[in-house]
Amino acid sequence: MATDNRPLSPHLQVYRWQITSVLSILHRITGVGLAVGAIVFAYWLNAAGYGADAFARAQAVLGTWVGVVLLVGWTFALFYHLLNGIRHLFWDAGMGFELSQVRASGWTVVIGTAVLTAITWAVAWNTAGGAG
Amino acid sequence: MSLQTDLARVRGLGSAKEGTGHWWAQRLTAVALVPLGIWFVFAAVFLAGADLGEFRAWLTVPYNLILMVLLTGVLFHHMQLGMQVVFEDYIHNERSKTVVLILNKFIAVILGVSCIIALLRVAFGG
Repeated sequence: MATDNRPLSPHLQVYRWQITSVLSILHRITGVGLAVGAIVFAYWLNAAGYGADAFARAQAVLGTWVGVVLLVGWTFALFYHLLNGIRHLFWDAGMGFELSQVRASGWTVVIGTAVLTAITWAVAWNTAGGAG
Repeated sequence: MSLQTDLARVRGLGSAKEGTGHWWAQRLTAVALVPLGIWFVFAAVFLAGADLGEFRAWLTVPYNLILMVLLTGVLFHHMQLGMQVVFEDYIHNERSKTVVLILNKFIAVILGVSCIIALLRVAFGG
């Protein structure tokens, strides 16, 4: 039976943007972004396993301005996915379903992500140039 | 009174034919990644700009190696579970979907295993 000509219900474009749906799709987008970051994480560790020269090259690549911009993006994605993931775990436990609570936890995640990303990079910037 | 047979009920499989296994594994790995992820941010900041000698010195602290191996294993498992859902949602051709889901699992395992072996090589001076 043909299923591709059925009328579709109103889709994404007719809905007003709101924090619930934006944060929901952002969870998936940051998740996919972190999967790409995991491949770079694997490159970094495998370079270390390969030898000193390969690891120095990996560290140098990550230290270029393009590398740093990507790392800031992945830091943001990691904190967002982490905090919003905790928000999801509370929902899974049956907590925080009132609309007011959903909005409050959503804004907490957004602000927390910005603050933690800023703190991380402030510290990283001041300690860059070698471990210890 | 349910229309399910007793066997179907005992197996716990719904229409998706997999029960709650995927859902539960995703949550379990998520819970594990909360402390591991926070710890890794500290580690990554500490390791910024390190050379291999400094990385090795850091990795020979036993709990650093243990946490890195745990993080790597859980991370790539969680990645595989999450990407599986994304592919299932957006790829509508059954054949392509099957191929992509197989590749998704293979890549996750290859990346995870290669990372753990790299960590052991660095730590034990391979």
